Amino acid sequence: MTTGAMLLEAACAAGWNGLLTRSVGPQIRGGEAAALVRLAVEPVECLADHFDLLVGIDWMNAQRFEAEIPLHPGAIIVNDPAVGEPPAAMRAAAGRVIELPITALIKANPAWRANMIALGATAELLGLDSEVLHALISKRFSDKGESVVAASVAAIEAGAAAMAAEAGVAKLARAQKTDVRRWLITGNEATALGALRGGIRFAAAYPITPASEILEWLAPNLPKVGGALVQAEDELASINMIIGSSYGGVPSITATSGPGFSLMIEALGLATAAEVPIVVVNVMRGGPSTGIPTKSEQADLNIAVYGLHGDAPHIVVAPQSVPDCLLTTQWATHLAESLQTAAIVLSDQFVGQAQVAVSRPADVAFIGQRLKATQFEEPYKRYALGGNGVSPMAIPGTRGGQYTADGLTHTERGTPTSGGRDHLAQLDKRRDKLDLHDYGGLWATLEGEGEIAVLTWGSLTGAVREAIARAARDGVKVRLIAPRLLMPVRPAEMAAALEGVTRLLVVEQTHSAQFHRYLRAHYTLPANTSVFHRPGPLPMRPGEIHRQIMQGAAS
Amino acid sequence: MSATVPLACKPGDYKSDTKPIWCPGCGDYHVLLSITRAFAALNLPPEQLAVVSGIGCSSRIPAYTSCYGFHGVHGRSLAVGAGLKVARPDMTVVVASGDGDGYSIGGNHFMHACRRNVDLTYIVMDNHIYGMTKGQPSPTTEPDFDTALSPGGTGLRPFNPLVIALASGANFIARAFSGHVNETAKIIVEAVHHPGFSFVEILSPCVTYRPDQRAWKDCVRSAPVEPTDDAARAARRLMTDDGFNLGVLYRGDRWPYQPRAAATVTDLAEFEKGFEI
Repeated sequence: MTTGAMLLEAACAAGWNGLLTRSVGPQIRGGEAAALVRLAVEPVECLADHFDLLVGIDWMNAQRFEAEIPLHPGAIIVNDPAVGEPPAAMRAAAGRVIELPITALIKANPAWRANMIALGATAELLGLDSEVLHALISKRFSDKGESVVAASVAAIEAGAAAMAAEAGVAKLARAQKTDVRRWLITGNEATALGALRGGIRFAAAYPITPASEILEWLAPNLPKVGGALVQAEDELASINMIIGSSYGGVPSITATSGPGFSLMIEALGLATAAEVPIVVVNVMRGGPSTGIPTKSEQADLNIAVYGLHGDAPHIVVAPQSVPDCLLTTQWATHLAESLQTAAIVLSDQFVGQAQVAVSRPADVAFIGQRLKATQFEEPYKRYALGGNGVSPMAIPGTRGGQYTADGLTHTERGTPTSGGRDHLAQLDKRRDKLDLHDYGGLWATLEGEGEIAVLTWGSLTGAVREAIARAARDGVKVRLIAPRLLMPVRPAEMAAALEGVTRLLVVEQTHSAQFHRYLRAHYTLPANTSVFHRPGPLPMRPGEIHRQIMQGAAS
Repeated sequence: MSATVPLACKPGDYKSDTKPIWCPGCGDYHVLLSITRAFAALNLPPEQLAVVSGIGCSSRIPAYTSCYGFHGVHGRSLAVGAGLKVARPDMTVVVASGDGDGYSIGGNHFMHACRRNVDLTYIVMDNHIYGMTKGQPSPTTEPDFDTALSPGGTGLRPFNPLVIALASGANFIARAFSGHVNETAKIIVEAVHHPGFSFVEILSPCVTYRPDQRAWKDCVRSAPVEPTDDAARAARRLMTDDGFNLGVLYRGDRWPYQPRAAATVTDLAEFEKGFEI
């Protein structure tokens, strides 16, 4: 894992773009692990169809990764003969095997580490300058002492030297170093930073894979901006805590994944009914139930959109890439605060845990701006009707604004009632405030033109974009339509986006085509619409999407 | 502040004009009276007080006060109250609950609230029955109490909330009786003043589904001992009393939980440095 992260960091420091995902076995610590790295001159948003280089430090349980690590026919496997042979299927798929005597080198030099030797060999095969690696070693290991730095550098050089004689290995295209400020960031980190930029100052946390990194980033950083994070006893508590803190006037967030999200549903309804702004990030993983905690899937779409009992209008947004996690979470905070409702951010394990090199995301002006009541007529009507449906909210401590926020159907004053007129009026109010809001261009990513379109969402957007670029090289023009705003729906905007489309391909990572059913429920789709969908755990790759586009284009 | 400070506010100033839904004779009317008297004695402006609740007869109480109120979902009032208090330490937070809301569906939050020790006051109106849903057994219902949902009784030993609170780390534990309005008000004042998580269990009869509880007024008595700060002694007392000893039974000295924000606010741009290549 360290090796993969260091390779990515060094390559990005040398000017390349890159993406790192990890795959681990079920062990809590240790056991088989693979770092999957894609490097390129151009920006990278998804995994490629194949890998060109597989470096094995050992092969214990490596067959578990066969499906996840498809090898290019010309791929190179680097193997330490002392630890045995790569799995037969991987060996059969690859072009050649190069020997790297890691065990023998360590036997002669016990201070060397296998992963550093492998890193040196990998860098040499890719054509990565050793100075960049040396600088990185100094940065990472200087606190461990000079001897560790020296041993690591020596191990890296030995690994590189062992590969230096290998002829006929295609190096990576040279990357140009740019002056553009670039970040190496994961989607979960970007989500957390986006929350702070949006004005979040309180978080409640219950650990869950693959969302914990959001909470662990916020834990030390919220206090630095005057905020706080509390670890709750369960997800029921964490969401109710942020309802309490937000009721107190402090923009608030929690993050979870499917199992925890399921527990939060009742309180999400409370936030919509009591009109308390909250942001809930669901970093989706394989489901149902405990499912596959470490793998991505988009199958929480239904519960996010429809999971709440009663008619409970709320916001659902989905980030489309690692850096978009920042923008989307910031926007979600802005929407929750502006519209006094619950905003769900549907991230997923892929964008959440992938680490990528990106240009520094632009600053955007979305900051939570809650309409607050400061002057009061007698009596204060917290849930006053009229206007755009957003009623000024009194913050505790404000004299004259005392009211009781309530999940019971209530009057304009907040008094519980079972009367039909108040029920309808408040349902209308909560629907209208969301429907009447101007969401602007952020509602969707719309790219390209042509009569063929691919409609997708969330983390698949990058793979679809790459597939569309390949289709363009084949002479087929394809539009990309990817709504970032999933609730409330935007029928007029979607109709405009689909104007002139005669063939539509819907791409999603669910078993039951949830996204297609959602689209059919809310939008008018072209008669010629097909769906490419499958569940996790394997990521959807650009090549298979490209094939779907081209099959349709040929027919 | 103490209860002897001359009152600037009257109990009536803390009462709203909303008519309670409670049955005539319900103990919760007296609890409401005790709470408003306590608030007047605390001499805090109503806007600095927040009353947070879940679901049940007792949980209707926030709207009957003139303070900021939050009437949330069943069992989660302590989480809402903790979030509010941590985010807004300037507010005085009182969480109100019942034996179903607080000890059954909210049981896990009860333990962890005691342990977390956020500076708030937790008032549980205990009538050993679910009243709002018309008479089902709660965790404090006697094992042989016959109901439609538990014909012949549950056969289960009642939950002892005070012992649980002590074992979980509550910093202040008291028992009160709704019929003793002034004494209950004094206990609430002391609970609010005491730092950390203060737990006040109020025996509050349900005259509709538990008419037998009219006899409680003859059973209750002041605890024959002084409050203790010794958890082991408190445990013995709470384990052996018959549930009718009233008064402050335990006072701990743990520091309340309150995360400290940094003295100076970091510019958000600083966080970006960690990501720069």
